[in-house]
Amino acid sequence: MSAVRRADVCAVALAEVFRGDGEILANPIGNLPMIGGRLARETFEPDLVMTDGEALLVQNAVPIGAAADSAPKVVEAWNPYRAMFDIVWSGRRHIIMGPVQIDRHGNANIAWIGDDAQRPARQFLGFRGGPGNTISHATSYWVPNHSPRVFVEKVDVVVGVGYDRAAALGAAGADHAIPRVVSNLGVFDFETDDRSMRLRSVHPGVTVDDVRGATGFVLAIASDVDETRVPTAEEQGIIDAVDPAGLRYREVPDP
Amino acid sequence: MTEDGVVARLSSGMTIGVGGWGSRRKPMSIIRAIARSDLRDLTLVAYGGPDVGLLCAMGKVRKVVYSFVSLDSIPLEPHFRKAREAGAIEVEEYDEGMFLLGLQAAAWRVPFLPTRVGLGTDLLTLYPALKTVRSPYGPSGEPASDEGEELIAMPALKLDAAIVHMNRGDAHGNGQYLGVDPYFDDLFLLAAERRFMSVEQVVPTAELATLGPVQSLRINRLMVDGVVEAPGGAGFTSCAPDYDRDETLQQRYAEAAGDDDAWAAFVEEWVNA
Repeated sequence: MSAVRRADVCAVALAEVFRGDGEILANPIGNLPMIGGRLARETFEPDLVMTDGEALLVQNAVPIGAAADSAPKVVEAWNPYRAMFDIVWSGRRHIIMGPVQIDRHGNANIAWIGDDAQRPARQFLGFRGGPGNTISHATSYWVPNHSPRVFVEKVDVVVGVGYDRAAALGAAGADHAIPRVVSNLGVFDFETDDRSMRLRSVHPGVTVDDVRGATGFVLAIASDVDETRVPTAEEQGIIDAVDPAGLRYREVPDP
Repeated sequence: MTEDGVVARLSSGMTIGVGGWGSRRKPMSIIRAIARSDLRDLTLVAYGGPDVGLLCAMGKVRKVVYSFVSLDSIPLEPHFRKAREAGAIEVEEYDEGMFLLGLQAAAWRVPFLPTRVGLGTDLLTLYPALKTVRSPYGPSGEPASDEGEELIAMPALKLDAAIVHMNRGDAHGNGQYLGVDPYFDDLFLLAAERRFMSVEQVVPTAELATLGPVQSLRINRLMVDGVVEAPGGAGFTSCAPDYDRDETLQQRYAEAAGDDDAWAAFVEEWVNA
């Protein structure tokens, strides 16, 4: 049997992010999160609603990358950007975003690095939808390159709300949730007494110490850290069909 | 009217809203005319793309009000990034949805709209002009029995001028989009004092409703002061279904951010030509 590939493990872990979500808009941003979302809907979460990456809601597993152009689309609804805010603010959505920095409470930065908003050392995306997503509905995160530069003690600017800040908001923070953080090394949650980030599982071939060493804050460790599950044969078939060009292997190379 | 005619009705120091989204349906022929003009110290308000990047690179911009500036297929706009990292421009940052509310408030002529978006983030500390408001009502709009919820008061994003690009229009200012997304072009126009629309093709009014469903007639002449016929006017950004993004040209534009000679050549060929 050939060795399982890390990117395929990540695809399954990203699919698991949506388990139990039911009929909501699953809105994974980026190639591997999109593969994960499509995989979840094709298997254990058939009621998920997903976009074509632009202004349409599509019912079928449209592939990612260049293959999307020639793929048939089963359009179920029109969802221009303005309608997207209606979904965001209704709360019926779960997004996966890619943070530039994230701290132990889940405060996330996608905007810029530095100490001066008017002259950042490095400009990234800007605030985009981070504040609205994190105050309105579930937000999970995907980090393809787990390092102490991403998992930091303190983010330079809080764009996505973490658990400590959501708690301080009282009722206004009631819809805030960060179900999972998935990286190329493992899967994390916030199921601790103080809602700080906890290692939940490590991917095959990764040790707990590997994860600790790549994390810039003191990480809570589950008492029973599992190994992240590998794809079933059925799941592997779906992953291959959604990403026929193997873009996921460029995003997460094998170790 | 012409692109230069639009420029003649703008002045330095103005706050200008630009329609489209990222590198999609941007009124680039008017943006290029602004780039060639002697206008300066502009404040740009946009779901930003190469409109913002080009005018930053041409030294036309004092301030950008933004939530992102992206070329879509190239996620980070390199000219905007360069201007930001040099501290060459001032910014005011918002969430994408707050930005919508700001345009909507200006369009409806109210000073702000309330939202939870922004609570818990660093926006309130980074931008102290952004205020909160206490709801006079309970969670379902009922009379408040005690102190109501604290919300962000997103200020109206009032514009001196707005420019948008549509697929079709008539000479009177009725405009039509034929792609999948209207973006927020109507709101930019409604939020502005002086309103300009370029279109791929000007057609007789009677033809408009034959070219697409009536829902595609998103812009009406109450919203527009001047129409420019500009075939290819959104290029190199996308203007589906008339044309897709010119990825080759966009790539050249982006790469030139790192090379002064390449940039000078690009400006000569694409902006000044």
